[in-house]
Amino acid sequence: MFKITNEVITPDEVIHAVKAEHAGAIVPFLGIVRNNTGGRKVSYLEYEAYPPMAEKKMAEIAHEIYEKWGLDQVAMIHRVGRLKIGEVSVAVAVAAPHRKDGFEACKYAMDRLKQIVPIWKREVWEDGGEEWVKPDPVYFNRNLQLEGKP
Amino acid sequence: MKVKVKYFAVCREMFDRDEEEMELPAGAVLMDILKRLEEEWPEIPEYYEVMQMSVNWEYATEQTELSDGDEVALIPPVTGGEDV
Repeated sequence: MFKITNEVITPDEVIHAVKAEHAGAIVPFLGIVRNNTGGRKVSYLEYEAYPPMAEKKMAEIAHEIYEKWGLDQVAMIHRVGRLKIGEVSVAVAVAAPHRKDGFEACKYAMDRLKQIVPIWKREVWEDGGEEWVKPDPVYFNRNLQLEGKP
Repeated sequence: MKVKVKYFAVCREMFDRDEEEMELPAGAVLMDILKRLEEEWPEIPEYYEVMQMSVNWEYATEQTELSDGDEVALIPPVTGGEDV
């Protein structure tokens, strides 16, 4: 299951999606809207996605996980629209025969999601300011190398 | 040929639209779209380093050739999930 949604995310959805009889471990991850960014109070967040490409890239991440760990049960849901503090923005679950691979693959899924899945976050702060969030430079994945740029 | 160009997040706000149809000559590449957009927004080359583009839901380079009916997107740096 790879999905962009406007609806409230129910964590059970990703867990049920990956259940399998050979899986002794299911590792879920939830991203939650935090009440501050670097100490600045957040009022709410807005997420925007390019849904067909986002869902395609999520499926590619699942395929990468299959190639690295042999795990074939991965689910990812990301919410878009306006989210309040404490709401779930993203839910990921990976099922594995044993927990070690499950933990590693779940972390990998989130790291890759932030690199290649076209989803953007705008923070609106309590002081009235707002900004589209720029990623940590480590997450830059420069597929596009344009003229005159290193 | 005609391609659809989609704008997201900060790009959507800068161009004040979320998509448009663009008429391009046969053999056009992604860079031709950027050159066209530069007429409207001369600072766009400053963003080349951090911006990506896609063609038909796949990341592409400035030299990717376009075909009639392609869906192109300007993709600012992605920030999905939470910083946890």
